[in-house]
Amino acid sequence: MPEDNEDIREVIFGALRAALPQARPLSDETHIIEDLGLDSVAVMDFVMEIEDRLDISVPLDQIAEVETLGDLVATVQRLKAAR
Amino acid sequence: MALFDKYAALAEQYRRLEEAGANPFNVPFDEVLSPTEAVIAGRRTLLLGTNNYLGLTYDPAVIEAARQATRALGTGTTGSRIANGSYGGHARLERALAAFYDRAHGMVFSTGYQANLGIISALAGKNDHLLLDADSHASIYDGARLGHAQVIRFRHNSPEDLASRLRRLRHEPGDKIIVVEGIYSMLGDTAPLREFAAVKREYGAYLVVDEAHSLGVLGETGRGLAEQAGVEPDVDFIVGTFSKSLAGVGGFCVTDIAGAEILRVVSRPYMFTASLPPGVIAAAEAALHELRMRPALRQRLNENAVRLYRGLERLGFELGPEPSPVVSAIMPSPDAAFGFWAALLKAGLYTNVSLPPATPGGLALLRSSVSAAHSPAQIDHAIGLFAELGRAQGLLPSRAALAVK
Repeated sequence: MPEDNEDIREVIFGALRAALPQARPLSDETHIIEDLGLDSVAVMDFVMEIEDRLDISVPLDQIAEVETLGDLVATVQRLKAAR
Repeated sequence: MALFDKYAALAEQYRRLEEAGANPFNVPFDEVLSPTEAVIAGRRTLLLGTNNYLGLTYDPAVIEAARQATRALGTGTTGSRIANGSYGGHARLERALAAFYDRAHGMVFSTGYQANLGIISALAGKNDHLLLDADSHASIYDGARLGHAQVIRFRHNSPEDLASRLRRLRHEPGDKIIVVEGIYSMLGDTAPLREFAAVKREYGAYLVVDEAHSLGVLGETGRGLAEQAGVEPDVDFIVGTFSKSLAGVGGFCVTDIAGAEILRVVSRPYMFTASLPPGVIAAAEAALHELRMRPALRQRLNENAVRLYRGLERLGFELGPEPSPVVSAIMPSPDAAFGFWAALLKAGLYTNVSLPPATPGGLALLRSSVSAAHSPAQIDHAIGLFAELGRAQGLLPSRAALAVK
């Protein structure tokens, strides 16, 4: 079970690479919807993967506030730390 | 930057459909002739996509009830339920729905959309958790957004996935409320309700079932999937609509949970909108009566559903997982769905196109729904058009290719 912040970033980037139809460069600045072309349902499905890999709950209202991968990493780190 | 620039990509797709003269999202019905026929673009057209499951839209008793109530009470209430908009008919319909479901409370909303909005937003408070099936209808997602609860999705029709998410929340304070549907409107699949009910009991959660597409369709008396699955005592709230089997417009919720009357003064989509007109209320009550008294309608509906499903399956279309009044053929792309839909309409058959993100798994669907009012000959005619135009559009192997095999 990944615990430190670097591992969490790796889990998120890894899950996203698996979810994307084609490989894209990913960084903390990547905009999840605009840069990756994912629709709202695809984003929610990808977050469900992260919930399972990290054993956390990510409520939808928190996903709505996420724009970049960096935002998502920060949200997940915060939720993981709060457990 | 103009106001609508944010929709530029979508606007371009919409413009292309309009230009092609075949936009499934903007079809004017010139005339409606019966529950199964209309005139569209000057052409007599067989309707195979109206969710008019029992075909009661032209039922003489339903029409007469609407006519009498309109003459007696006027065209509209011009007010909300908490002001001047509660008439005797509203209360009578609520009692009739509660009696039909054998529940203590019944509540009527102005649309099915608002019933989900009004119930889901009011049931779950700030520290509660809503657990939604990932394939939930937009009204369920919107109800969740309108409320203040934490919202978690679980994988479609997976009791195990729901259980693992409830396990993660077991130390969190607040109520846990699970929302599922009876029949899912896109692929026509049903929820594994017995298994969901077991998970609900194990974790002490509440269970809401939206029977919008299963009322009048499933169950020994037509109450829906909860009745068919034999788990009605485990379902705390049933939500439904009048705009499918009941052939009108409106929504409802029934429950046995004590104190549910309070929803009338906390549910904003119930309070801050005009109540349904007397004619609509009277028609819904009459349609509910027909639904209860004429089980043969349900039988004919399900025979038609199986006839269409098996017919399209035999042709080689990839369909949803089980026969139901919603029969969707999975298309290789949105363009293929648009092309097939337009060809069918031109040949006199009206169906629906469903696209992501409204559909599960990013699927493009050519969606049909059958009615008890369809004759077997009408269903067979539709299957014939699916065969002919499916081959012409390259969605099915051609006859020549089949002969070589």
